[in-house]
Amino acid sequence: MAQLPAVTPESIKDERVAKTGLLRRLLVRPEMGALAGAVGVWVFFAIVAGDRGFTSMRGTANYLEVAAQLGILAVAVSLLMIGGEFDLSIGSTIGACGMIIALLSVEFGWNIWLALVMSLVFALIIGAFNGYLVLSTGLPSFIITLGTMLVIRGVTVGVTRRETGRTVVGGLDDVPGYERIHTLFASSFEIGGANFSVSILWWIGVALVGTWILMRTSFGNWIFGVGGNQQAARNVGVPVGLVKIVLFMGTAFAAWLVAAIQVLDAKSADVVRGGGSEFTAIIATVIGGTLLTGGYGSVIGAVFGALIYGMVRQGIVFAGVDPGWENAVLGTMLVVAVLVNRVIRTQAMGGRR
Amino acid sequence: MKRFFRPMALVMIALIGLAGFATNAMGQDSSDRSALRFIVVSHGQASDPFWSVVQNGVNQAATDMGVQVEYQAPPTFDMVAMSQLIDAAVASNPDGIVVSIPDADALGDSIKAAVAAGIPVISMNSGSDVAKEFGLLTHVGQTEYEAGLGAGERMGANGVTKALCVNQEVGNSALDDRCRGFTDGLAVSGGTVDVLQVDLNNPTEAQQRIEAAVTADGDINGVLTLGPTGAIPALEALRSADKLATVKLATFDLAPEVLEAIVAGEMLFAIDQQQYIQGYLPIVLLTLYNTNLNTIANPVLMTGPGFVTQENAAQVIELSKAGTR
Repeated sequence: MAQLPAVTPESIKDERVAKTGLLRRLLVRPEMGALAGAVGVWVFFAIVAGDRGFTSMRGTANYLEVAAQLGILAVAVSLLMIGGEFDLSIGSTIGACGMIIALLSVEFGWNIWLALVMSLVFALIIGAFNGYLVLSTGLPSFIITLGTMLVIRGVTVGVTRRETGRTVVGGLDDVPGYERIHTLFASSFEIGGANFSVSILWWIGVALVGTWILMRTSFGNWIFGVGGNQQAARNVGVPVGLVKIVLFMGTAFAAWLVAAIQVLDAKSADVVRGGGSEFTAIIATVIGGTLLTGGYGSVIGAVFGALIYGMVRQGIVFAGVDPGWENAVLGTMLVVAVLVNRVIRTQAMGGRR
Repeated sequence: MKRFFRPMALVMIALIGLAGFATNAMGQDSSDRSALRFIVVSHGQASDPFWSVVQNGVNQAATDMGVQVEYQAPPTFDMVAMSQLIDAAVASNPDGIVVSIPDADALGDSIKAAVAAGIPVISMNSGSDVAKEFGLLTHVGQTEYEAGLGAGERMGANGVTKALCVNQEVGNSALDDRCRGFTDGLAVSGGTVDVLQVDLNNPTEAQQRIEAAVTADGDINGVLTLGPTGAIPALEALRSADKLATVKLATFDLAPEVLEAIVAGEMLFAIDQQQYIQGYLPIVLLTLYNTNLNTIANPVLMTGPGFVTQENAAQVIELSKAGTR
């Protein structure tokens, strides 16, 4: 009888146990496409607008500030979308929380810290209410939060007009205790001669917490489960209701944080603030590799998605494009970024050896 | 490779198309002035006919002075976005910046950073009260309170006793000042004023609100609007409520429909702040500052109020149609 050939790792042709190269393994991760997109966008604007300040420290501080405010929202929205739901009310919550802070501290003379806490409580109640409505009615969260978006915005405008007769409430810098809170939420630190907003640190912090929750806790597993297959998750014992309510409270918290940052930076609250941010947050999340259908996605990807958005939005200004064209350029670049993301992922997954 | 082709082609087409936008920023000349680059950051949305006249003034001045000018504005009345635009402008290191300052608190830090970076800044249209404090070269515009005062006195002299002040952008302190001045001006002859808020972006709704307010209160015999986006709905509202004969209508700022109404006697007067030169003059002043270190001694170069009445309206009509008034 002939000697059987030795069984070695190289002779195993079964691709199920074949080793995948590190590069391939990295590229398959949802956030890698977004990272590639971010690098690509940066290179594009460095070429087009590098001599006009885009690559300078000041320019970097500028688009990072825009990216940070969106990024905080995108982290929370990505967690919610992985869990299979949408929250369209965060824009209105930003406006409402900002106005609560301003009205309580400027018009009613409350302690500014107390005003901040009250607006946070308000935001969390809104989030819990959104979650509760979605659970009890069984309607798509898109519809529910569309409704709460309109109601919150309307109430904000109505109450503000009734209390002050205006739609902008300013004068926050005259409130006692303003200085310390301003340092916490709206100050800046200097690197290389440029002022970087502290909101960037908040963004990084929120992103770290978000990704830790998603990847390292059982709650994160529950999020994937609920988003992937809600019924199966329930059958396995995942508390679906709790997960959804907590996720909605998470997006409301993010809205509150952005509201606080904006109000303390502008020293005023405006009833229209935050309008449209619910959609840009979804865009940043989708660029980051999160599926609209839920169950798959990444917080780090949403971070890169927000970075792409900030670079595109401000890069257009650095490039000197007439503002009339701005939305056209923004839309084109965003679609391109998502395409690049998808191409890379498809290539990486299809070519797996 | 085939599967790759279509998405890659789209990517290439998109990038090439976008490079086209970039080329407008790359043209450079050898003569001195054309190397000067100024950035105008205003709060004027592209949909507002008032601001397209300002932009025309800016573009004409750029051509006449032989300099490069970029015009930037946020898509909505958003002070946070506007401050980020100003920061971006400062980071791109231009030879001068022109800003409008509808909210000095929200924009103050960004403007002060511009001045601290050594960039000459001129304010226009709004912010006359803070221009000196921020260290700006000058302010080119109309002081709103005084203009409102003039409007109130003129309306009072024409027999108005109770009026509406229709504000299309509440929160813009310049517009709030106009209504305040109007209230005080009308009070001189003993009249009273109520402020009615409408949405700049929704003319149909604005018209309905004005019509409702005028029909609900029969004592109202005067309406002052603060811009064409308020004036045109107000005209329609009074026409449809059949009150053109009893209610005296006047407005700030010009538009073709406004001028025609004045000629036809349907409107009493329009206050012209001459926004064309609010766009034109700052570019001239910045050019001269850069080439010749010229400065202006007045804290405010007043471009208004100018009253357009039935006497001079016809001539101004032709100019307004050309987009220069």
